[in-house]
Amino acid sequence: MSPRLQAQLHHQRPDFTLEVDLDLPGQGVTVLFGPSGCGKTTLLRCLAGLESARGHITVAGETWLDDRVQRPVHQRPLAYVFQEASLFPHLSVTGNLHYGYRRTPRRLRQIHPPQVEAWLGLETLRERFPHQLSGGQRQRVAIARALLTSPQLLLMDEPLSALDQASKQDILPYLERLHRELAIPVLYVTHSPEEMARLADHLVVMADGRVRAQGSLTELLPRLDLPVTSAQEVGVVIDATLAAEDADWHLSRADFNGGALWLPTPTRPLGSPLRLRVLARDVSLARQPHHDQSIQNLLPATVVSVDSDHHPAMALVRLALADTPLLARLTRRAADQLNLTPGQQLWAQVKSVAIVD
Amino acid sequence: MSAEWQAIWLTLKLATVTTAILLIVATPLAWWLARSRHWLCQPLAAVVAMPLVLPPTVLGFYLLILMAPSGPVGQLTQSLGLGTLPFTFEGLVVASVIYSLPFAVQPLQAAFSGLSERMLEAASTLRASPLDRFFSVVLPLARPGLLTATVLTFAHTIGEFGVVLMIGGNIPGETKVLSVAIYDHVETLEYARAHWLAGGMVAFAFLVLLSLYLINGRLGGHGLKP
Amino acid sequence: MRLGISRVVLAVCALCLSQLVRADEILVAVAANFTDASRELAALFTDTTGHRARLSYGSTGKLYAQIEHGAPFDVFLAADRQRPALAEQNGLAVTGSRFTYARGKLVLWSPHPDAFEDGEIYLNQAPTTPLAIANPRTAPYGLAARQTLESLTLWTTWQPRLVRGDSIAQAFQFVATGNAGAGFVALSQVSAWPDPVGSMWPVPETLYQPIEQQAVLLTRAQHNPVARAWLQFLRSEPAQAVIRRYGYATDSPNDADG
Repeated sequence: MSPRLQAQLHHQRPDFTLEVDLDLPGQGVTVLFGPSGCGKTTLLRCLAGLESARGHITVAGETWLDDRVQRPVHQRPLAYVFQEASLFPHLSVTGNLHYGYRRTPRRLRQIHPPQVEAWLGLETLRERFPHQLSGGQRQRVAIARALLTSPQLLLMDEPLSALDQASKQDILPYLERLHRELAIPVLYVTHSPEEMARLADHLVVMADGRVRAQGSLTELLPRLDLPVTSAQEVGVVIDATLAAEDADWHLSRADFNGGALWLPTPTRPLGSPLRLRVLARDVSLARQPHHDQSIQNLLPATVVSVDSDHHPAMALVRLALADTPLLARLTRRAADQLNLTPGQQLWAQVKSVAIVD
Repeated sequence: MSAEWQAIWLTLKLATVTTAILLIVATPLAWWLARSRHWLCQPLAAVVAMPLVLPPTVLGFYLLILMAPSGPVGQLTQSLGLGTLPFTFEGLVVASVIYSLPFAVQPLQAAFSGLSERMLEAASTLRASPLDRFFSVVLPLARPGLLTATVLTFAHTIGEFGVVLMIGGNIPGETKVLSVAIYDHVETLEYARAHWLAGGMVAFAFLVLLSLYLINGRLGGHGLKP
Repeated sequence: MRLGISRVVLAVCALCLSQLVRADEILVAVAANFTDASRELAALFTDTTGHRARLSYGSTGKLYAQIEHGAPFDVFLAADRQRPALAEQNGLAVTGSRFTYARGKLVLWSPHPDAFEDGEIYLNQAPTTPLAIANPRTAPYGLAARQTLESLTLWTTWQPRLVRGDSIAQAFQFVATGNAGAGFVALSQVSAWPDPVGSMWPVPETLYQPIEQQAVLLTRAQHNPVARAWLQFLRSEPAQAVIRRYGYATDSPNDADG
């Protein structure tokens, strides 16, 4: 188990104060989430040392900042991916990739160019210059360039937000791949629920320069007091394993702690991990298991609470499938007719499941 | 070596030495002027630009007084065992450095100001120290400005006359540069020899500036954008 | 609007022209070394005749080049006799109007009182500091300085230490600012220098050919009575007295040269 990333930071600007206390696992992707101006980017910049802050930062057991130590940016083994690729226009792709690699002491180099070029699909782009690349290609080069410093921490500030939809779809699989390959903590700022759902292991929810909540994605996503997603997108993420396949119907079963879901067979081998996303609007509830209907995924669930929705006609029901949370969005009338009370056992009917990773 | 070739050689030597010194001096100065928000920036920028507006005679006059054996600069150079500067090649270099300073600083300052902060931040997150960033990112990106500064400084030093006349003492092989030689020829009504040198300088100036514009035009069209 | 602007331009031009062609005023080109003396002379000229002489200063060579290219001067007060003679030959000046208005006196000078007592002894020592002279090729005082050093057979000794001023004014400046240890300058300059303390050695007139500063009436002013009046005035005793006071020698009045 790698050491945790710990940071207590205080950063003051005339119109803004950042006051955060982070304690994050030493590996996996932590998504920083919150409205514009809440301090996500500032937090990343303070961690990197691009903005000065008081407090302390410990990464991989090393102190980057405390009362006595204040490492300058170039002495913090981190990688930073900016919103715009920020490639050096006077260097080729190879020149850009090697920029940080050459400046990394030989004994610290754990990631090497061929490896990263393969991960990010850059083999055919080596000779090109930044102005000859598409937006998505540029950002892939920027990510590769950052990784080649063999960082102890990867900071990504909305790396996809400047890209068009096609480029985003082009690059997301590469990010998911990194997510599996890297054994370092990644802090990822995004506004996109899709990116969050596909990439996040942990979530830090911020508002007004402070941390409102931090924890695992599966734990935090169903919390309704957090402005994590817009109501349309409310849902949960479930980490599952591809457990069985029904070849006749081209369906596969994904097992998780608390149940199993059937979904169209994906192109990956049995036993591989899957991340599933279930939106609250795709979950309906029934007192009895009805098999005389089209919805195939029927799961026993326990009501945890019934909460109000931003629309007065709707209610959000928090459910538990053993340890796995699930959300259902119903009309208040339906909730009333079902007479929902916490602890009540019933059946959740899941209309649609998306594989996000 | 004929007097003409001696003057040409001396002029080229002066311009080369001046340009080399100015690039070393002006680069950090321009960097500071472009990046700092210190209250001294504006006054210093004004001082740097002064040779643009002051007549060369003003500069020459003060240099003559300052560098005289009893002047503060003269005292300093003497105590350092360097003797006094007027009427020497070294004195011309000092004067040219001051006189051409704005031609080196201003293009560099413009180039540095236009540089995106993000490039430097990116470099710093890639383990580049400040000095490293300067050489590996700032200078390559400021290349058009650097080229302009070099060419303008060189050409302007070659064209310098008033200051040289005032502190040079017109010594062949030491301080008698091209512009002074041309002036001498005109003064003594040797118009044919004056034409020979003056025409050469006109052609030189045109060629230098033309190649500068051509090269900068090409660099500009080559995607040197962040 | 267009008409308005052109009217303004016309009015300005007319004003300039009227400035230039004022009937009782002439423009005199004056060699730099004669600057101070000519100023006093011009004032005296106005007092005695009511006419005005406007003065333009420069080195003799430069002024000659300007005259050659049509500069609107009426009279040329040169620092030598060559340039006025040349002007006469080339039809730029009125033949027969040329005369010597002053003889320059060359001195070896330093602003430091203990620089030397006898200039000849000073010049015979091994050179340690630069010696300022005016450019012998362009300035009459520079030529005289060269002749002096040649007469003393010291030209080759001093040549490596010579610094040449563009004009005698610049040679003086080199000495006055202390950049040259001493210099050959005009007596008139030393007379005008506010600080009387210093070392000065009047160069014996046997060592150099006389510096005859000649005046000449320029062709464009051949029918200008004010210009003729100015030349007449220069030869008058009161004017010659002023000239002597500024450190020049004068011939007896009306003793025209050439």
